[in-house]
Amino acid sequence: MQQNSAAAAKSAALSRADTKNIVKEIAMKALFAFAAAVFIMAVGVICVYLLAQAIPTINEIGWVKFITDEKWIIRSGRFGIGSLVIGTVLSTVGALIVGVPVGLLTAIFMAFYCPAWLYKILKPLTNILAGIPSIVYGYFGLTTIVPFSAEMFGGAGYNLFTTSVVLGIMVLPTIISISENSLRAVPKSFYEGAVALGATKERAIVKTMFPAAGSGILTAVILGMGRAIGETAAISLICGNIAQIPDSLADPFITLASAISSGMGYADPYNLERASLIAVAAVLFVIVLIITTIVMMLKKKKY
Amino acid sequence: MAKELVLKEGEVDARDIVPINRQSAGDKLRAYLNKPFSFVLFIFVCIGAALSAAAVLWVLGYTFAKGIPNLRLSLFAWTRTAENLSMMPALINTVVIALMSLLIAGVIGIFAAVFMVEYARSTNIFVKIVRVAAETLSGIPSIVYGIFGLIVFTELFGWGYSLMGGILTMTMMIMPLIMRTTEEALRAVPDSFREGSYALGAGKLRTIFVIILPSAMPGIISGVILGLGRVVGETMALVFTAGSPRNALHPSGLMEQGSTLTVYMYALISEGNQHAGEAWAVAVVLIILVVLINAAAELIGNKLKKEY
Repeated sequence: MQQNSAAAAKSAALSRADTKNIVKEIAMKALFAFAAAVFIMAVGVICVYLLAQAIPTINEIGWVKFITDEKWIIRSGRFGIGSLVIGTVLSTVGALIVGVPVGLLTAIFMAFYCPAWLYKILKPLTNILAGIPSIVYGYFGLTTIVPFSAEMFGGAGYNLFTTSVVLGIMVLPTIISISENSLRAVPKSFYEGAVALGATKERAIVKTMFPAAGSGILTAVILGMGRAIGETAAISLICGNIAQIPDSLADPFITLASAISSGMGYADPYNLERASLIAVAAVLFVIVLIITTIVMMLKKKKY
Repeated sequence: MAKELVLKEGEVDARDIVPINRQSAGDKLRAYLNKPFSFVLFIFVCIGAALSAAAVLWVLGYTFAKGIPNLRLSLFAWTRTAENLSMMPALINTVVIALMSLLIAGVIGIFAAVFMVEYARSTNIFVKIVRVAAETLSGIPSIVYGIFGLIVFTELFGWGYSLMGGILTMTMMIMPLIMRTTEEALRAVPDSFREGSYALGAGKLRTIFVIILPSAMPGIISGVILGLGRVVGETMALVFTAGSPRNALHPSGLMEQGSTLTVYMYALISEGNQHAGEAWAVAVVLIILVVLINAAAELIGNKLKKEY
């Protein structure tokens, strides 16, 4: 009898420990899942607060006027983001024209030509380029490329050319590192096959490796584009902050992002002036959502 | 004592054999002359790489040349005055904002990664949504974070410009980075570790905290350090949340406003040319910080990386 009750007590104690453990396991699992859910909540909260402020504002301005009006003079009630969007597109295209060819050629060099000792220098250098704060790029552009541009084109030097060059340097590390990785991810047999068929090294790279790494390289370009579209601290110092559609490389202009940062300083917080800037931020957010979707779709292709 | 090589009849010293598939520089040049396209491309590739290297050296060299002569001890004085323009308060604010946001984002990011790798199946719809959310967060430009922080922390919560607003905004920015690097580190831990732990009778939780997380630690730490680099380099998300006070001393608490190094540099530039020297000095400090941080991340990632 005594033995039996001792065994029963023991098993009761065991199951109590078990329950405690099970509760702990489930509680922690819930905590981990909650941490993951924080990401969804964060995006949700950003979405809700930006759009909740932006949509009534745009309704008040009028959707057609907001999108097509090319005048952005918030002091006198002209809230057309036309020139802002065009400025963003032009500076992004400019940055890609400067950054993509140089970046891709550098990626090819690092993946196929670079001797090991040089790689050990070049790789950290491109990493440093990625780490330099954008405000430093902006100030660098302000003191070196702005005067150069002023001499070359006349005017003050705050223009599309200056911005494209600085942004081009800023997107370089993104383009280099992602396209280098995707070039390296292509199976070596592709390259060997091409060379065995008599292709020169360059032909093998351009005709075989490059198309095979295509989606990765496209991702690199699009991510570089994302960086150029959202860049603010650097651009606001060098673009001139004049809301107009630039006729040439020598004209000052403004982007969506720099319109927000330059407008925040003087916008009246109690009327449409401030609200319109928040609406511009919402437009940027939507553009980024679209880019993210494209990148996610591109990522599906794998070897 | 080196042994003299004795060759028997009919044998050849292997060192004298010339491989026929090795090209000399002359061979290469001749091959290129027949294929002008390839040669031109080769030249372009070299030029491209040289341009990239030149861009880095130009930015770094110019900044150092302008900034190092302006680095003086009074720039690091404890309190900032109109004369010394010390960056010390900004430096300390940077450290405070960075550490606090890393702490919060670290816990959320690591826990979320544990859930994604150890608990959920990758086909799970919840996991897919979390992944999309993380990608979205990492793509949002800093000015949009800044405006969001302004709407929510500064105005809706009524905090005004505060370090806390800056910390929470930066937390949202670096969460996805920490989650992604932690996920990679967790996936690199071989399944045999998990199986061994279960076989010894450990529960899932014990396995995670005693076996998996410690094994994945180098990867996690290097991800956290990369996040640190992002916080140090951030400007626009902090201008509208932590504020850019013109004559701030040290903030007395997390609900006070305070500028980080980047925001301080932005303020110095905005004041025109008279503070150019100080702005360059701050730029040099920023670059040195970022380079050190990146080097630390790489070192920890490589040095402690175990080969399984």
